[in-house]
Amino acid sequence: MNNSPYLRQATSVQSVMLRVLFALLPGIAAYVWFFGAAIVLQIVLASLTALAAEALVLHLRGKPLAIFLTDGSALVTAWLIALSFPPLAPWWLVVLATMIAIIVAKHLYGGLGQNPFNPAMVAFALMIVAYPQFMSRWPGTDAIDFATQWQIIFGLHANQALDALTMATPLDALRTALHSTNATTVTVASALAHNPAIGLMAGRGWEWIAAGHLIGGLWLVQQRIITWHLPTAFLATLFLLAGLASTINPSEFAGPLFHLFGGGAMLAAFFIVTDPVSAATTPYGKLIFAAGVALLTWIIRSFGAYPDGIAFAVLLMNIAVPLIDMATQPRVFGHKKNGSNHHG
Amino acid sequence: MLAALLVMALGAVVLGAALGFAAVKFRVEGDPLTEKIDAILPQTQCGQCGYPGCKPYAAAMAKGEADINQCPPGGDEGIRKLADLLGREYKPLSAEHGVEKPKALAVIDEQRCIGCTLCIQACPVDAIVGAAKQMHTVIAAQCTGCELCVPVCPVDCIDMVPVAENITTWKWKYPVVAIKPVTTQ
Amino acid sequence: MQLFDFNGGVTPEYHKEASTQSPIAVSPAPSRNGLKNFLVIPLHQSIGGTPRPLVSAGDRVLKGQRIGAADGDMSSAVHASTSGQVVAVEMRRMPHPSGLSALCVVIEADGRDEWIARQPFDYHQHTAAETRDYLRDAGVVGLGGAVFPTHLKISPGKGGKLDTLIINGAECEPFITCDDLLMRERAEAIIQGVVILRDLLAAGRALIGIEDNKPQALAAMTAAVQAGGHQDMAVVAVPTRYPAGGAKQLIRVLTGIEVPHGKRSTDYGVQCFNVGTAYAIHEAINLGQPLISRIVTVAGNVAAPRNYAALIGTPLHTLLANSQPLPDTDRLIMGGPMMGITLPGDEVPVVKATNCILVGSPRLFPPPPPEMPCIRCGECAKACPADLQPFELYWFSRAKIFGKAQEYHLFDCIECGCCAYVCPSHIPLVDYYRFAKSEIWANESEKAAADQAREQYEFRQLREAREAQEKAARLAARTAAGRAAATNALAMAPVTAPAATSAAASAVTSAATPVTEPAQTPSPQAALIAAALERARAQQVQPANTTNLTPEQQAEIAAIEARRAQIRTQAHPHLPPDD
Repeated sequence: MNNSPYLRQATSVQSVMLRVLFALLPGIAAYVWFFGAAIVLQIVLASLTALAAEALVLHLRGKPLAIFLTDGSALVTAWLIALSFPPLAPWWLVVLATMIAIIVAKHLYGGLGQNPFNPAMVAFALMIVAYPQFMSRWPGTDAIDFATQWQIIFGLHANQALDALTMATPLDALRTALHSTNATTVTVASALAHNPAIGLMAGRGWEWIAAGHLIGGLWLVQQRIITWHLPTAFLATLFLLAGLASTINPSEFAGPLFHLFGGGAMLAAFFIVTDPVSAATTPYGKLIFAAGVALLTWIIRSFGAYPDGIAFAVLLMNIAVPLIDMATQPRVFGHKKNGSNHHG
Repeated sequence: MLAALLVMALGAVVLGAALGFAAVKFRVEGDPLTEKIDAILPQTQCGQCGYPGCKPYAAAMAKGEADINQCPPGGDEGIRKLADLLGREYKPLSAEHGVEKPKALAVIDEQRCIGCTLCIQACPVDAIVGAAKQMHTVIAAQCTGCELCVPVCPVDCIDMVPVAENITTWKWKYPVVAIKPVTTQ
Repeated sequence: MQLFDFNGGVTPEYHKEASTQSPIAVSPAPSRNGLKNFLVIPLHQSIGGTPRPLVSAGDRVLKGQRIGAADGDMSSAVHASTSGQVVAVEMRRMPHPSGLSALCVVIEADGRDEWIARQPFDYHQHTAAETRDYLRDAGVVGLGGAVFPTHLKISPGKGGKLDTLIINGAECEPFITCDDLLMRERAEAIIQGVVILRDLLAAGRALIGIEDNKPQALAAMTAAVQAGGHQDMAVVAVPTRYPAGGAKQLIRVLTGIEVPHGKRSTDYGVQCFNVGTAYAIHEAINLGQPLISRIVTVAGNVAAPRNYAALIGTPLHTLLANSQPLPDTDRLIMGGPMMGITLPGDEVPVVKATNCILVGSPRLFPPPPPEMPCIRCGECAKACPADLQPFELYWFSRAKIFGKAQEYHLFDCIECGCCAYVCPSHIPLVDYYRFAKSEIWANESEKAAADQAREQYEFRQLREAREAQEKAARLAARTAAGRAAATNALAMAPVTAPAATSAAASAVTSAATPVTEPAQTPSPQAALIAAALERARAQQVQPANTTNLTPEQQAEIAAIEARRAQIRTQAHPHLPPDD
């Protein structure tokens, strides 16, 4: 017999996770519309791997399978991996990444709720370091049919033809252009002007996927699953930094809209930095955490060796979470200010 | 090369001087370690550890002469705290020093007491009152349950009565975790 | 009027309609021919010391007669709730989650319900201290659930006056309607109690806060204030949101003042009393009736939910009989569904803290789904009305890192249950806080006991050292005196003996006076006296109370001596028995 409170709100980890998955659907729909159904295949692959890995580890750890397999947390990790990986990446890359995320990044740290690092981002960072050549297989804007995508993913397609079918992301395209041998004459404007990957604001198609994630994310805020703090701080910081830099030196730095809609910024803002387990938890802490991720992302994007730095930025800020949380404890009812009156 | 060596040497001298100064300036009187250990010990003063009281045992531990697992009233938790403080390995309570028991208080059977004052002399915390040939009694609030009065009583009139839980001393239990406990870690 | 807001809180289903359909009934029915009614009145019913029993089995008591006297000022008296005979003063199970027993006075009601002589107490004619003592002896305690002795709260803050007196009629927990019904039916009496409180506290104004889901209570109280022509009182409707009825939350809503944990609210110019307490004060002061009954809501899984004016000590089965619990009842809860405690049985009595008996069933309160790990989603922090970080407190309490839990303000937690209510992982968060709090309290009292033992031990060491020193000094003095006497005896033999005798005689009369330090006395004369005194004392050691012993005692001593001798022979078989 339990103690009070005897009443409980009808809510569960499962319903939270399922709503997160639901909020990812608009972005996925845009993905399929512009780049074909390969992403769906990757999501299925990642989901099956995640569930299998979760079941295996839960069994080894002697935990009840039924409760934890159905909580939906493994599926969220799987979907985020699939959505952040290039859809034409070989099947084993996504499978390996998902296994690492679930087994190493999640369960070796104690399982649900215990992981200090975002599992999907751990997997992404590891893979981009280990297999950079496969992590650039982004589909071109001229949609290729699903049969060809299937062949590419499962390695049945002739490799020499791959280059014609894949294309750099907008961020990648910009980086390559600016850092090429005759980089002195290339500016942001000239690099973007003649690139087929560039659309209205940022990448063609990419901007609509970002818009889909924005819609899903706003719905999550409305559902009170995430608070406004993390996405707002992330997007605002990225916008301000990019805006400032591109105003000062428009030939070297891309503009804010390009940053917000050109890569994984929207996915990160609403689905990755908002991972409650590995993010800061206090209101001020959330602002600092998300702003830090945005700052590091912009720095890596602008000066680093990788086209999109969100994964590294998130992992670096994950390390700082305990400190941020400790330093930003909110004022307790009746007490003067943060941290005071400890012994009062 | 030479400059680097000089810088290092200078650094060593400056830091050494600072440390030496601090050692003199901020010297702590007394032995804080003994005090810290003594603060962990339950102050039962029962002598089961082989020392005449908690403080001497604490001093012996601070000197490294005594082991951390000789205090039955402190129990397992006390050993863990001592291991934590002294940076030693935890070890179970040494059997030769006794076993951990729930706290009990000495109660004098007033019908049988002959007023010999032997228990009064044995009590390390002056928790027994009485005079020669007058009946004695234990001040329950001051009794530490050390049992030192029990063997000296010539008429066996002292009993150790375990402290029963009542409404005010009752504690909420650790919540039962519904999930099956982790079997492998 | 400007209202303020508190953070957090939840809005559960209120379920208040069912028990507000009928007026307050009396329980148990006053005359039940042929049926024996027993009342079980626990002595310890409020925060503070346990009252001393004033009656014993066989005594006849009258309704309102004091049966337990307050133990010191931090305590409150208890009274017989009806007339009858005390059948026992014994341990009975308490309405407490532990299911443990405590000392109770069991009264068999004689059905005549005969009052003691009741005298109104004119507090204008008495000092504030006398009024406080009167309320303590009338057993008036906070009836909102915390049962803090009311007399301890009646002292104006700094400057001898209070800005705002707050009367708590918010009653925010689901199912509970006892304050609602009391306000609807007895608003004038409550206001008379408020007048007394206002006078005693020299309060500038009185605000009566009532949640806006109780329109009838709001109307009745407003009418009573207007009828009394009280310009300095206002009835304020506050937004309905649990826990708006928490004292700290209501003070915040009505005045904007936040009273931190561990601080007296009078220091902030406010003080808060429950409406039921105001009513009890009115009865005690104006009618001379001590606190012997209270309104109790019976709700939940019963056929006829209702409020009862129940005598303190009424066993729950008697109280519940009129409301008929349904067959699938699986538990009785004292209090509401958010903060109530599960009771050990239905024989436990109604006490001053019993605002509601909530009858539970698996349908009404289904067992919680399996507990999942905390995912740090922060829902609990959003719901916490004390602005705490409940999940941090949970981590620390669960890991038994109590120091950290205290650093994160564990004791600011009011155990309202909002965090556990919203937790998607179904973690019994409040259980962890209760566990941590009681461990910390236990540790602190253990620590205090250890500190006292250390002090006693060190004092004893000191005393023993001093005694050894004194003994050595006396020994030295005696040796010196002996030598001096010997020398004197050689010189003037005839004079010495009478002098020593008289010294010894005077020493006997002044044996009780403390011994001066012989080592420091310079003159050999004084040393001589001291030595004689010492010898006299040595002869005095035989205690007087060993002379007139009864034959039994002598026999006992003989037996003991025999046993001792036996022990000695066992311990040292090689030694003669009389070593």
